[in-house]
Amino acid sequence: MKCREMVELMTDYLEGNLAASERTRFEEHIAGCDGCRAYLEQMRKMVGVLGRLTDDQIPPAVRDQLLDAFRDWKRRAAGP
Amino acid sequence: MRLAMAYVHDRELAEDVVQEAWLTMIRTLERFEGRSSLKTWISGIVINLARARRRKESRVVALTTFLGDFAGRRRPTVDPARFGADGAWLEKPRSWDNVPESTLLAKETMATIRSAIDDLPAKHREVILLRDVAQLDAAEVARTLGISAENQRVRLHRARATVRRKLEEYLA
Repeated sequence: MKCREMVELMTDYLEGNLAASERTRFEEHIAGCDGCRAYLEQMRKMVGVLGRLTDDQIPPAVRDQLLDAFRDWKRRAAGP
Repeated sequence: MRLAMAYVHDRELAEDVVQEAWLTMIRTLERFEGRSSLKTWISGIVINLARARRRKESRVVALTTFLGDFAGRRRPTVDPARFGADGAWLEKPRSWDNVPESTLLAKETMATIRSAIDDLPAKHREVILLRDVAQLDAAEVARTLGISAENQRVRLHRARATVRRKLEEYLA
């Protein structure tokens, strides 16, 4: 398997979607290839960080809109 | 909550959708208390938003999306220039082993990732948000978005590859 093909299998590997034989070939390549091993680790780390995106990354304008909408909703809920 | 807001941000239909998100949250607050996990609750809201969005999509859009996935399956996710004629790396990706966790989780890094996600085509963005940010399982993501397992895989792969590339550029 070539590195160029390996990168297209990274998600299927991480998601456990590879057939057993393909998985074995993938892991054999990874064992002998620094570049693909680094790429796979980058993917793993990135996915880990994605799970930790926090609320303070929300653009302030969006947060303000949300708060405005909430005030509006409360006003209407309190109305007739 | 962050997912609901991400959707709002994506769609530039902020007011309507924000309202809908709040109403849904308020409506489901009772159900949330005690009985379901925060994650399940949030996911439910996102699912509602996603479904509402899909209802508004025309069939033409659905067809384009389908054809796009079909073509996308074969298009490389890594610049072909990074590989030699033999298909091996010309310049290998750098290991991030010596990138400290504090850097990976720093505000600026998060902002880079956030904006990389924002720049994705909507069909890729919603998949990575649901799968990796909200951490629904793959089947739930496919069901929520009304797409096949195969399309879910293709879109997730393309989304992750793009975000990885931008993160790589940022950390370089």
